Amino acid sequence: MQWCNRVNTGLFIASPAMYTELNSILNTSPESFTKGDFILLSDKQSDASFLIHHFLSFYLRAKCKVCFLAMVQSFSHYSTVSQRLGVSLAQAKEKGQLVFLEGLQESLSILIPQDEHTGSQAMNFLRDPKLGLQDLYEFVSSKVKRSCGGEAESEEWGPPVLLVDDLSVLLTLGVTVGAVLDFSHYCQATICSKLQGNMVMLVRCDQEEDEGDNESPACLLKGLTHQSSLTLDVQGLPTGYCRDIHGQVEVCWQRRQGDGQNTQNKLFQYKVHDKGASFFARGTSSAVL
Amino acid sequence: MAAPMERVIKQQTERSTFKTTSFQKKTRSKLLSIPGTRPSVQNGQLLVSSGVTSLDFLLGGGLAVGTVLLIEEDRYDSYSRVILKYFLAEGVVCRHRLFVAAAQENPDDILQELPAPILDDVAIPKPVEQPRLPCESQESLDSMKIAWRYQNLPKVQTALVSSSRFGHYYDVSKTMEPEIRQAAKSHCFYLPDHPQKTSNTHSQFLGPYSALLKSLQEVIRQEGFEVAASMSNSQNPNVLRIGLHSLGSALWGDDLCCSDSPEHRHSLVTFLYGLRALLRSSLAVAVITLPSHLIQDRALMGNITRLSDYSIALESFKGSERETNPLYRDYHGLLHVRQVPHLNCLASQLPDHKDLAFKLKRKQFSIEFHPVKSHVESTG
Repeated sequence: MQWCNRVNTGLFIASPAMYTELNSILNTSPESFTKGDFILLSDKQSDASFLIHHFLSFYLRAKCKVCFLAMVQSFSHYSTVSQRLGVSLAQAKEKGQLVFLEGLQESLSILIPQDEHTGSQAMNFLRDPKLGLQDLYEFVSSKVKRSCGGEAESEEWGPPVLLVDDLSVLLTLGVTVGAVLDFSHYCQATICSKLQGNMVMLVRCDQEEDEGDNESPACLLKGLTHQSSLTLDVQGLPTGYCRDIHGQVEVCWQRRQGDGQNTQNKLFQYKVHDKGASFFARGTSSAVL
Repeated sequence: MAAPMERVIKQQTERSTFKTTSFQKKTRSKLLSIPGTRPSVQNGQLLVSSGVTSLDFLLGGGLAVGTVLLIEEDRYDSYSRVILKYFLAEGVVCRHRLFVAAAQENPDDILQELPAPILDDVAIPKPVEQPRLPCESQESLDSMKIAWRYQNLPKVQTALVSSSRFGHYYDVSKTMEPEIRQAAKSHCFYLPDHPQKTSNTHSQFLGPYSALLKSLQEVIRQEGFEVAASMSNSQNPNVLRIGLHSLGSALWGDDLCCSDSPEHRHSLVTFLYGLRALLRSSLAVAVITLPSHLIQDRALMGNITRLSDYSIALESFKGSERETNPLYRDYHGLLHVRQVPHLNCLASQLPDHKDLAFKLKRKQFSIEFHPVKSHVESTG
């Protein structure tokens, strides 16, 4: 197989602006990628946010219209990292290719009551989490559907892509697992099925969790895995912390690929460095060989 | 805001709508230089010292401006309180502004107990900002007999020198002199002074912390700590140091520590979310102490940790069997680094050592690598 040969030739240095190895593992490139995919990223006791940065720059390069729900970090954080990966978020925002919801900033006008309410309605779940994520979904669908309306400037962008970083913070803020699953289901129906776009969502889990807890991220993860087409599960090494190998990624295809390609699970180890991440088969880290 | 300062300059020029040309002069020389801060060697973020130099080293050089440090208290809240006081004392010495909030005691009492800085090589800053009355000046100044030409020179130099260093040492056996302490402006938030308003429906979800969050936002806005405001005004920018004592304890009106399934399960977490939102857009750093040993729910503790940026836990040996264990006689307790953020960069920089122990000496809070722990426990 193509990816297998590449890894076995030894040291494979990722190009400074892309995660080339990951693209070959997933058999995608900004020029050709499967449409209608729901990619689920998860992590347990490690940090999968490097994958979110990858997909953000990947889809911006692929000239898709990207809607990014950034719940946990500020715009400048993603902007700085994307700059290193060779993509300018500020320019993409100006051109209209990127719709960026900065959850932190929008939440302040709801958490601290102001006289005039100027924020968008997207973060309304903070008022009362029992309301669910309907307003957030309305926000997403309004931003995404506009690209497929009759406007002239929207013709230049490709299919819409939704990126969410991350879903587990919604659980910690009081939204129920059921509401989050409803939200992802609605988004999948709109974006993946109707508009043939893609979705990438990140869920972060803790290792110690009660088995009987129905509101835990692990429960959410199970539900989302069922809905997804591809999952990338990031974990720490089972043998403990290592400076040269930051962890392992398990890639699982939930649905059979269009051309009937083999859909077995694959396990890789990875190392994140300043301008990207390198992936290698277990035991073939450059530090070890 | 945890962005490198060059980026802030660039964003400011991008945001301006009155550009007539597309020419943008690179004004890299206009880096924010605030006394008591320095840029990180790893990613250019602006760092402040936490007051404990060994902790600064562990956390990657210092605390990034715009972030939160969560300290999980030791059982008797002795060492976590000491670190909070170091943090505030460092703010006084660097002339930063302080904001202290407490529910258990008046924040003024915490400010009275700050450790005295060891400034033997540097003159103690005299309050030169206070205007002198003309009648006073003749008598109070020691008239110089020999170097009389230097008599009228201002005494400003000493104050500047003392605050340009990064990280100072403190003597915990002495308290800070009132003159030094009053050189830094401080805001206090004592919970009993702010009764909870029940009519406001927006802040219902924050529960007991709504008044605190509102007060923080007011201080940040009025004193000009928002990044956008600091860049545009010509006055010297400054950093706000926020110290929040024992959040989550029952005295704050929160039942996180009291019951297994608390009613206010999401209040503290929502507050931390709002705090992060406030800090990311201001020149402020927050240190929170939390009695985590009272929280039974580990998943909740994980959520709280994830919504802070830096997180350390202190485990003191006081009252435990380790106090008399000869292996631990040099130390007062163990320190666990739970989380270090990697903002504005892809790779995280975790400290290499996982087994750390601390000792509070008179003039230094030292944190050292202590590898013997796992070895001894395996051999019995």
